[in-house]
Amino acid sequence: MKKIFLYPLVAALAVFAGAATAQTTLRIGLAEDPDVLDPTLARTFVGRIVFNSLCDKLFDLDEKLNIVPQLATSYTWSADHKALTIKLRQGVTFHDGEKLDAAAVKFNLERHKTMQGSNRRGELAPVTSVDVVDAQTVRLNLAAPFAPLLAVLTDRAGMMVSPKAAQAEGAHFGTRPVCSGPFKFVERVAQDRIVLERFPNYWNKGAIHFDRVVYQPIVDASVRLANLRSGQLDFIERMAPSDVPGLKGDSRFKISRIVEIGYQGITINIGKSDQAQKNPLGRDPRVREAFELSLDRKAITQVAMDGEAEVGNQWVAPNNPWYAKNVPVPQRDVAKAKALLAAAGVPNPSFTLMTPTTSDAQKIAQVVQAMAKEAGFDVKVQSTEFSTSLDLADKGQYDAYMLAWSGRADPDGNLYSFHACKQPLNYAGYCKPEVDELINRSRATTDPAARLKLFEQIEAHVAKDRPIVYLFHRHWLWAYSAKLSGLRTVPDGLVRVQDLKFN
Amino acid sequence: MFKFLLQRLATIVPTLFFVSILIFGLQQLLPGDPATALAGEDHDPSVIAYLRAKFHLDEPLYMRYFYWANGVLHGDLGESVRIQKPVVDLILEKLPVTVQLASMAIVIAIVFGVSAGIVSAVKKDTAWDYAANVFALWGLSTPNFWLGILLIMLFAVKLGWLPASGYVSPFEDLKANLAAMIMPAFVLGNAFAAVLMRHTRSAMLQVLSADYVRTARAKGLDERVVVLKHALRNALVPVITLGALAFGELLGGTVLTETVFSIPGFGKLIVDAVFNRDYSVVQGVVLFTATVYITLNLLADLAYFLVNPRMRG
Repeated sequence: MKKIFLYPLVAALAVFAGAATAQTTLRIGLAEDPDVLDPTLARTFVGRIVFNSLCDKLFDLDEKLNIVPQLATSYTWSADHKALTIKLRQGVTFHDGEKLDAAAVKFNLERHKTMQGSNRRGELAPVTSVDVVDAQTVRLNLAAPFAPLLAVLTDRAGMMVSPKAAQAEGAHFGTRPVCSGPFKFVERVAQDRIVLERFPNYWNKGAIHFDRVVYQPIVDASVRLANLRSGQLDFIERMAPSDVPGLKGDSRFKISRIVEIGYQGITINIGKSDQAQKNPLGRDPRVREAFELSLDRKAITQVAMDGEAEVGNQWVAPNNPWYAKNVPVPQRDVAKAKALLAAAGVPNPSFTLMTPTTSDAQKIAQVVQAMAKEAGFDVKVQSTEFSTSLDLADKGQYDAYMLAWSGRADPDGNLYSFHACKQPLNYAGYCKPEVDELINRSRATTDPAARLKLFEQIEAHVAKDRPIVYLFHRHWLWAYSAKLSGLRTVPDGLVRVQDLKFN
Repeated sequence: MFKFLLQRLATIVPTLFFVSILIFGLQQLLPGDPATALAGEDHDPSVIAYLRAKFHLDEPLYMRYFYWANGVLHGDLGESVRIQKPVVDLILEKLPVTVQLASMAIVIAIVFGVSAGIVSAVKKDTAWDYAANVFALWGLSTPNFWLGILLIMLFAVKLGWLPASGYVSPFEDLKANLAAMIMPAFVLGNAFAAVLMRHTRSAMLQVLSADYVRTARAKGLDERVVVLKHALRNALVPVITLGALAFGELLGGTVLTETVFSIPGFGKLIVDAVFNRDYSVVQGVVLFTATVYITLNLLADLAYFLVNPRMRG
């Protein structure tokens, strides 16, 4: 028996010794297992992290959220802003050797728009047709001016796959994706790993310093961190805020934090269903104002997020260039909250706060519950499995719902679907013609100053009506080996492998 | 014999039919709309409509059951919507992992549990006995995920002897495979070792006070021979039955362990599928498991029939 039990020990030591060999593989720990690896069908945040190594996009974002060229080299809007002409990079090929030219871009945009089950259809809805101007130039024709289009093309809608492979694989393209990014697909074992290897003909190969990238989904944050600490991983995304102090003192690792482009907030049912009228919170704006005034956002982030978040009151964070400065983050004022409740005739309103089952959401809900109680609210926390909670929210069977949004580069992605009438993510049931009108104008103008003015006007309405009480913006916490350098911290929270290397 | 076999086979068909209805029906009780769950963050109405049509979600329940059962009868368990892989492939990929994990756990449980049980019975009411009981109580009351994380902290982070998590195929690298599996197998086997210890102890105590053991001792046999040869053999009968039953249980109990150690096995497959409302995967995996149980049961019956002449009539 003894021999058998020594065996694993010897094996373990052998594994450990093996880890010391030359390092050309980058191992990244993901917080979830990505969904299908087809940019047209993909729907998860975590999948976008893998796509960043696999599939290049027409445009990319930089650290300041500026839109920069990737597969495109330049663009011009027509005078009426109803046509976007894009010049493509010369000499780019897909992983299968096919040329990436204007015809391939047209194929891809049409695939996004027409493929069954496409998740890109909505994002590209304003694009009515795509013309091949010449081999390196495409023109996107729009039904009406659409400012967020460029930002949309920095994400999955701007990712180009090999038309030949897409046609050959059909609906199963996602099991063997062929794109034009710095790494090509090798294998995927569901729930275990996704392996990519260097694409030798990458147009920007000088920026690539690894032979392989391996993505490993490890759901538990402490286990993900343990893998980093024990040297099985070089990089982990979404580290738990509570683990930061423990890793800070360890010189073998570094931590990066980025304020997310998404938000954490409480959506209130103000018109999604009859239930909105049955509850003082949904019925009376004064009660919603009192609720907001009862909350101390700074304290919420301290207690529930270990301080790893920025307080906020809008769909973008205060440090975002699109933040509406006319409506600053309100301070807690319990006395005023009580007075508002008295005026509304409901000194002790009661409502149910539906929350996902994650430990973060639970903590936030408990803090909110305790704070609101001081103003007279009786908040019942109802912890609900995520898919079920989405379904209840969609049917309007809730009073208040704690919901996070991963965010989009253009503020429109955080705004339109949530606050325009009858949009799919408008769980609050918010519908105000003036706001719709302003949102549509903000989409139609490409002048940043004019858009910001419109956002300020929209925010003035939303801050008063409170379909969503925005609480804060989390930090994307990345922990990685101190040997890594050249990391770019782009606020979309997606890990860029370009320029990243081991010292 | 032939008649018996036919009889047994005849009961399998309705059993499987009933099981398939149960699986299908229970799944419908899962709250939430699968199309909404699968449509992702953006909830594009056209995507939701497409998914509804693809999975016949707007059609009555019996029609949906018919589509599914029809596919199953033609050897098609469907496809995971989330990652576009056939359910059969997923099962074949994950099953060996979990079988290995459960087997290693059983071996660990037997080695620790049975030996601790023997020691505590033979040395009843001594420090050895108390120590073994404390060990058993500890094994029963330690949550798997907690023990798992503690072991990871110790052996992977502090000592650096074992990988923190993950899985390597034994055909790729046997050493790495064992290194990756030893911690999860220990965690999984730990609680069962405690159960085995308690059962071995009580069975041994019973046997040790039996007349034939007294006779064996009276013959002047060495105490080791008395315990290991005469007593243990008889005491092990109920323990073996328990072990066989527990194997099935362990296969199901791998869920938490696989999650903590990020092992891509059966347990993780089904849990992720339930949370993602990946219906074909849930249905396929449960149906597959049920079929395996039923088949094993049949084989056990047949073996019993062959071994026991009284049953042949």
